[in-house]
Amino acid sequence: MKSTALFFMRLRGILTKETLQILRDPSSIALAIVMPMLLLFLFGFGVTLDAEHIPLAVVREDDSGMARDLVARFELSSHFEVKPAAAMKEAEEMVAGRRADGIILIQSDFTSRLQSGSQATVQLIVNGIDANRARLIQGYVRNVVGSWSTMRKARGEPAWTPAVSVAQRVWFNEGTESRNFMVPGLITLIMTLIGILLTALVVAREWERGTMEAMLVTPLRRVDILLGKIIPYYILGMLGMGLSVFVAVTLFQVPFRGSATALIILSSLFMLASLGFGLLLSAAIRIQFVAAQVSIVAGFLPAFFLSGLIFDLESTPLPIQIISHIVPARYFVSISHTLFMAGDVWAILLPNGLILAGMAVFFISMAFRKITKRLEN
Amino acid sequence: MSVSSEIPVQGDSGVVAADTVMSVHALSKNFILKNKTSVQALCDVSFTVSAGKVTGIVGADGAGKTTLIRIAAGLLLPTSGSVSVLGLDSAEDTLEIQSRVGYMPQKFGLYQDLTVAENMSLYADLQGVPGVERAERFQRLLKMTDLTAYTRRRAGALSGGMKQKLGLACALIKSPGILLLDEPTVGVDPVSRRELWKIVYQLVEKDGIGVLVSTAYLDEAERCSQVVILHEGQVLARSAPGDFMRQVTGRVFLVAPPAGEKARRIYTRLVGRTGIIDATIRSGRIRVVTENEGDSAVISALAGEKGSVEPANPSFEDAFMSLIPRKDHRLRAADSSAAPVHDNSREDEVVVETHGLQKFFGDFEAVKKLTFSVRRGEIFGLLGPNGAGKSTTFRMLCGLLPANSGEINVAGHDLRRSGAKARSRLGYMAQQFSLYGQLTTRENLNFFGMAYGLDRKHLQARMAWAFDEFGLGRWRDTPAARLPGGNKQRLAMASALLHEPDILFLDEPTSGVDPFARREFWLRINGFAEQGVTVIVTTHFMEEAEYCDRMLIMSQGDTLAMGTPAEIRALARSADNPEPTMDDAFIALAEGTVAIADQGRSAANSSGAAA
Repeated sequence: MKSTALFFMRLRGILTKETLQILRDPSSIALAIVMPMLLLFLFGFGVTLDAEHIPLAVVREDDSGMARDLVARFELSSHFEVKPAAAMKEAEEMVAGRRADGIILIQSDFTSRLQSGSQATVQLIVNGIDANRARLIQGYVRNVVGSWSTMRKARGEPAWTPAVSVAQRVWFNEGTESRNFMVPGLITLIMTLIGILLTALVVAREWERGTMEAMLVTPLRRVDILLGKIIPYYILGMLGMGLSVFVAVTLFQVPFRGSATALIILSSLFMLASLGFGLLLSAAIRIQFVAAQVSIVAGFLPAFFLSGLIFDLESTPLPIQIISHIVPARYFVSISHTLFMAGDVWAILLPNGLILAGMAVFFISMAFRKITKRLEN
Repeated sequence: MSVSSEIPVQGDSGVVAADTVMSVHALSKNFILKNKTSVQALCDVSFTVSAGKVTGIVGADGAGKTTLIRIAAGLLLPTSGSVSVLGLDSAEDTLEIQSRVGYMPQKFGLYQDLTVAENMSLYADLQGVPGVERAERFQRLLKMTDLTAYTRRRAGALSGGMKQKLGLACALIKSPGILLLDEPTVGVDPVSRRELWKIVYQLVEKDGIGVLVSTAYLDEAERCSQVVILHEGQVLARSAPGDFMRQVTGRVFLVAPPAGEKARRIYTRLVGRTGIIDATIRSGRIRVVTENEGDSAVISALAGEKGSVEPANPSFEDAFMSLIPRKDHRLRAADSSAAPVHDNSREDEVVVETHGLQKFFGDFEAVKKLTFSVRRGEIFGLLGPNGAGKSTTFRMLCGLLPANSGEINVAGHDLRRSGAKARSRLGYMAQQFSLYGQLTTRENLNFFGMAYGLDRKHLQARMAWAFDEFGLGRWRDTPAARLPGGNKQRLAMASALLHEPDILFLDEPTSGVDPFARREFWLRINGFAEQGVTVIVTTHFMEEAEYCDRMLIMSQGDTLAMGTPAEIRALARSADNPEPTMDDAFIALAEGTVAIADQGRSAANSSGAAA
């Protein structure tokens, strides 16, 4: 028989085997389909960077209509839940008892100062234990007071205006909803995890069960082993990915503005890089438990912290910025943000895609070099 | 002991015979450990394997058997020397060799989620068996292995024996020129072992292929045409089994105990005596191998036991034991039985009793209505192949696993109600020895002592006892994971005995342990039983049943038979086989050629009456 015919026969054998195993062993389907959904729901619904219904103690010493009007603006905002307090003392107790996250103080001379044209102040005191939340509250309060002044000014009523006002317009994520930012990024994390875990675990499992040893003593070539592992898990991983995008668009209502072709091509590159990294790990690790641990530490955590999804990379120290360049997730986070919120902007997609392609080639060829038909390295 | 020079060595002439399918030449293999030390697994090994013959590699665990077969299969590279398979070099032409050998690894290499037919198709694809030849080939292999009816069953759901045969069928998928089998019969019941050998011989006789098989079962070596004995990586001797056996002609005796005396008491006295190389209990008698032929002092010592002494035909095991250099392997019998605290008055007391014990895992009935009782100072064996339900029974007896129905009484306590009380009187040694690998010998003992609540003074005394009794003193500060050979087993046993339990549960204490450690183990167990400790032990080595006072043979959760070794053996007695072995008895029981139920019930009744 010709050698190509033999090659395809071997490939058929190993692919049939992997497919049957995937279909019959619930653990790989759980890994590729159930886990991404779980993560997406957990992070998509549970982890949001917006704050809603922040309890805010309001001390209104001024009884005028203007002061009441301003408090009403706070009550209208979905960010706040106004809790009236009779005096500062009571408000302070509310903050100390964690029943309120901040205090708004409208002093008794508020109206008179406004009417006299001098500067009227609204005092904000924020519980600074959670610095992030404190900063959010600050911003929201400034917005409410600002929009109130603008409105009053439009009506020709006395209002304090800053010397220079910033006209804001948020592009691509008009609602400034962090979900639109988080969900595409999450898909990156999920694909990192399943790409690495699938290959690393599956190969380690073969070592544990002793089937790898039997495989190695057949005339399988190294390239057969590589293809036999990459093809089925590429398909499975892409199915998980497709499902995640579908859920993102339908359930989370995240806009998708790019093209499906770009998504498929670019996510394939990313998936191949992850699978290649997993295979590289599996060449060295023959115990499932260790494979899972290393996948998390070497694959998932860098993707989590260094991809720019959770922490802004620009504000991290230089060494960490440099390290972040070797994390494939960094490039795909940027790709998926672009595809979801902006569209096929090739000026961003192309360089990131090329880097991912380079990484996929690197990891897969490293894995190929490391695959050995012997028991010792 | 320079035995190898006395034995005619074949195939060293340098001329490769026409029928040679594999030749090992000056093969050495070193492994580099993590701490950069080098361990020599094989040293200057040479031999050949001929077509149409079975060559056996025999040796204790760690002798280098698996390493040798893996090098031949191209899985490992030699450090020096070479292996040539079908005229090809194992390091150079690995792929070519791999398309022409059949190899069955120890774990059979089957995919549990794939059916019998799918496993076979997979290996046929990988080996490039043309589609047109497959139907015929599959049919032949399935018929040979008796698996035709099970083609659609998943490999994971097959019994141990069937898995082993499927593994063999997969290794034979492309009628190989040579078949490499790495310990193919470990943990498999005697019926399946016998069938496997039948298949191997069919292949050898009909297809004329050469077979290289490694085994730890010494009786299997007798079935080979050539045997290579490996010891610590070196070839100790190689020859036909008959040549080995001739070496010990006239040095093997059987001592039958006088009426009323237990064979194991005489055995304990004879072991380790000067001039005696090996002593075992076989078929109710003590089998003795002497160091020299016609050693009158030894023979008169045997006669001094008042039983009958008669010469016996040597077996391969006798020869093997006489060949292995002793060094620290000399068994010490004296200290373990030094003070037989023998309390006859309590001998009839029943200490463990079960009635109608049942365990289900889902729909699967792992243990079916098990009823038995064990008396004080008895060695009670639970025997059966892997998957018979021994370990499940054991875990229920120790209170580790709740029973679905039935009663268990241990040391006078109903295990369901007062588990903790009963447990403080138990010692338990689990299958994997459950030691803490990073802790030293002393730290392990210290931990187990404290876990059992021994106070400091008592613990010190018991640790001193353990170091002395088990010879662990020199390994005091060695981490348990790095203890050599049988010392792990010794430490595990010492840990289980620290709190001086009345009842000792030992789960497969002899699996994966070499013949010497196994002998030492049984000797110790005898000693403890003499001191009044009740021992319940599981094993899949049928011949070890001889060391038990009474035993229960299990198969697929059922009781096959219960009784003394003599009673069980008697079940298989026939005109053709007047002196059956324990294996014969198991085969007869499993095939249903003897009535089994009556034996089991009557034994259960008689022990029940004694209570």
